Amino acid sequence: MPVTRGFFRRRPDGPESRLPPGQYDVGAGWPVLTAEATPHLERDAWSVRVDGLVDRPTTWTWDDVQQLPRSAYTGDIHCVTTWSKFDVTFGGVSVDTLLEAAGPTADAAFVVAHASTGYTTNLPLADVTGGRAWLVWEYAGKPLTREHGGPVRLLVPHLYFWKSAKWISRLELVAEDQPGFWERNGYHDRGDPWREQRYQGDA
Amino acid sequence: MSADGPDGPDDVGAIDAVTATTTAWTTGRIITHDLPAPHLVRLRMHVEDRQRHRPGQHYLIRLRAPDDYTAQRSYSLASDDDDPLVEFLVERLPGGEVSEFLADVAEVGDVLELRGPIGRWFSWDTRTPALCLVGGTGVVPAVAMTRTARRLGRPDLVRVVAVGRGPDDLPYADELDRAGATLAFTRQSVGERPAGPPTREEVAALLDGVEVAFVCGSSRFAAFAEGLLTEAGLSPDAIRVERFGVTG
Ligand SMILES: Cc1cc2nc3c(=O)[nH]c(=O)nc-3n(C[C@H](O)[C@H](O)[C@H](O)COP(=O)(O)OP(=O)(O)OC[C@H]3O[C@@H](n4cnc5c(N)ncnc54)[C@H](O)[C@@H]3O)c2cc1C
Repeated sequence: MPVTRGFFRRRPDGPESRLPPGQYDVGAGWPVLTAEATPHLERDAWSVRVDGLVDRPTTWTWDDVQQLPRSAYTGDIHCVTTWSKFDVTFGGVSVDTLLEAAGPTADAAFVVAHASTGYTTNLPLADVTGGRAWLVWEYAGKPLTREHGGPVRLLVPHLYFWKSAKWISRLELVAEDQPGFWERNGYHDRGDPWREQRYQGDA
Repeated sequence: MSADGPDGPDDVGAIDAVTATTTAWTTGRIITHDLPAPHLVRLRMHVEDRQRHRPGQHYLIRLRAPDDYTAQRSYSLASDDDDPLVEFLVERLPGGEVSEFLADVAEVGDVLELRGPIGRWFSWDTRTPALCLVGGTGVVPAVAMTRTARRLGRPDLVRVVAVGRGPDDLPYADELDRAGATLAFTRQSVGERPAGPPTREEVAALLDGVEVAFVCGSSRFAAFAEGLLTEAGLSPDAIRVERFGVTG
């Protein structure tokens, strides 16, 4: 591909090692990106269900998840629209805890995350286990705001952020991969920022 | 692939060839480069191996430095699919890596990397009665939609409410005005209309028969526009939102 006449690297080298290719550091900001109108969802009306290929389909209410062992994430997040945000802290519960209770069957290999808005996104089961995914309701020690998916969102920080479904309501375990909302609309099925898996057709 | 989503392959509309979900990088040559206002640059480009698009879709523009460092950003198409060139309208943000380059450095004849069209969700199917509530450079996809509606002989299908500080700040203000758009200027009174954001009454008056609303602009604008549309009686399910740029 051609070099662009008159264009030169402007971003300093230092912090870039933390930046996946094609991303820039958004600093203190946190852009809000949503395809739908932001829903008003009260904590008391919220619940999440783990079902599909599991031995014990289970539903947790807001009070139920508060009783579960707490787990936090501190690190970086990366959005496919090219911003990254360093050293963010989220608090909630590990997805491992929920899956342990529900007991995925042997043929469960993928997860479809559903939001209360109807938004969906698909993930390999391996990407939400082993301490790599959370349900979170706190950001920087404060309740997660509704623009950012409050009361509770999914957090899968090692993948592009459209996988971290806002207003999470259900994790459905399935045997075969089923593209979700953005994946049907041209985005990549897995979305690894370090491999720049942005769109369908990226390696 | 499932066909039952709101934007599934059955819903392609008049531009039947727009089915591709995979697009490769290609190149485009700048044919015209002008500044309609000091902070706005309009680029018209010839695209190699161009694919058909629906109004509302966008392209990626990627800049490549001699050391192979790249920067890419999304830009909505202002042009209709039957335009032999694709048209972009970019706001020059001070310190903005890509927009400043496009405004100040890029020239006619330069070749840039492009990828598109992208974004089937935020696109108009060319059949469904639609309202665009757009602000600032967020008018760009609405311009593409009105151009397409006019070409198809159905200008009634796309209604536009465009919001800017004043007529000089709002890209395509004249074209939208001629197309019958409601222009709302927040800092300047124009004609009968006092300065101020669009009101619930102004929006409600245009909602009759509308099945989908496209909201496009900054994050702050989008939050305002969603609120206004739902207060005016539109179901949140009918609202599609595209947010431009960096906000806190
Ligand atoms: C689907 C879509 C369609 C779009 N369509 C259009 C369109 O039609 N027209 C249009 O004008 N825009 C459009 N945008 C926005 C566009 O993609 C860019 O975000 C915009 O042009 C800014 O890019 P930039 O490289 O100039 O600025 P950036 O370099 O990304 O900077 C943006 C702002 O953040 C600041 N900033 C950036 N990096 C840093 C940093 N490391 N530290 C501190 N501050 C920083 C900059 O100073 C600047 O103020 C669209 C966006 C999307 C998602």
